[in-house]
Amino acid sequence: MKYDNAIPIYLQVIRVIERDIVTGRLAPGDKLPSARDLALVHGINPNTAARVYRELEQSGVCFTRRGLGTFVTEDEGRIRALHEEMADDIVSRFVSEIMEIGMTREETISLLEKRIESCSKAEN
Amino acid sequence: MLESRELTKKYGSKTAVDHVSISLEPGHIYAMLGPNGSGKTTWMKMAGGLVKPTSGEILYNGAPIGINSKRDIAYMSTEPYFYNWMTAKDVGKYYQDFFADFSMERYHELLERMELTPDLKTKALSSGMMAKLKIAVTMARDARVYLLDEPLNGIDLLARDEIMRSILQSSGSDKLLLISSHLVEELETIADYAIFLKQSHLIEIVATDTLREEQGKSVADRYREIYGHGGEN
Repeated sequence: MKYDNAIPIYLQVIRVIERDIVTGRLAPGDKLPSARDLALVHGINPNTAARVYRELEQSGVCFTRRGLGTFVTEDEGRIRALHEEMADDIVSRFVSEIMEIGMTREETISLLEKRIESCSKAEN
Repeated sequence: MLESRELTKKYGSKTAVDHVSISLEPGHIYAMLGPNGSGKTTWMKMAGGLVKPTSGEILYNGAPIGINSKRDIAYMSTEPYFYNWMTAKDVGKYYQDFFADFSMERYHELLERMELTPDLKTKALSSGMMAKLKIAVTMARDARVYLLDEPLNGIDLLARDEIMRSILQSSGSDKLLLISSHLVEELETIADYAIFLKQSHLIEIVATDTLREEQGKSVADRYREIYGHGGEN
């Protein structure tokens, strides 16, 4: 994985895991690698890997069973909420950028609709 | 665990390390950074017990560096230090005689991962192969402290990943790793602390993710500030 070295590494790894959960690559209740393996797989410091799990646990996205490891939450509501948080994040970044270059609300919406149209055509 | 207090080394009129005080703890991977001549190698050599301080002290678990600390500290120097006639296998035997914590099994496993064979003569090795051999034999020790001076020198991109993996595999909550490099980017994600040395002095020691979180800077950004134009000269 390629990192943006100016953004905390633990946040970037969290994002990767959250994305895997939201897209279903990781299912509710799935076991995650040990912090040590996570460090090896991502090429990161083991303390950073441990922090990734601490933060994910604190936000309720993962949970740890003593002696067994860390797992994806089984709480579907939490995963739905994560999905929404992520979508909101993407939209707010998009909106702030599109406003910065001076697009109106109508122009933006029409652009979005056109883009969505062509994307769904490409998929079919 | 490893601490230098006002550590100073002079070679004639030249001061290689000037009153450097640092305290390093197990469970961390430290990147020691700075251009050539900033004092990294000399500091490490003193920690490895190869060079005696002119003044100040360097302590391992509270006691001065000596025979006892060498048992726990695996030091890898920049320059190759094997006899010409040795094969990779001989290098392993040599280490096995010297260090009780050396594992021949781990050594062979590391050699294989580095795509080296035991029958290779050290004099026939390219600089990249030599760098890999040095890492393999050093990381085959189950030491408490690893001091790696420029482990990435002369190593191509693909072999670097393998070396980083071996380094990470040897890390642990009771281990201390100190890696010097002028390839700052290579250590960005692997080190949790960065130590900046400049002209024989300690500039600062920072937690890498704190630097990112509080200042929005990468280790390389900070490096440029310290050593580049506009730096505190």
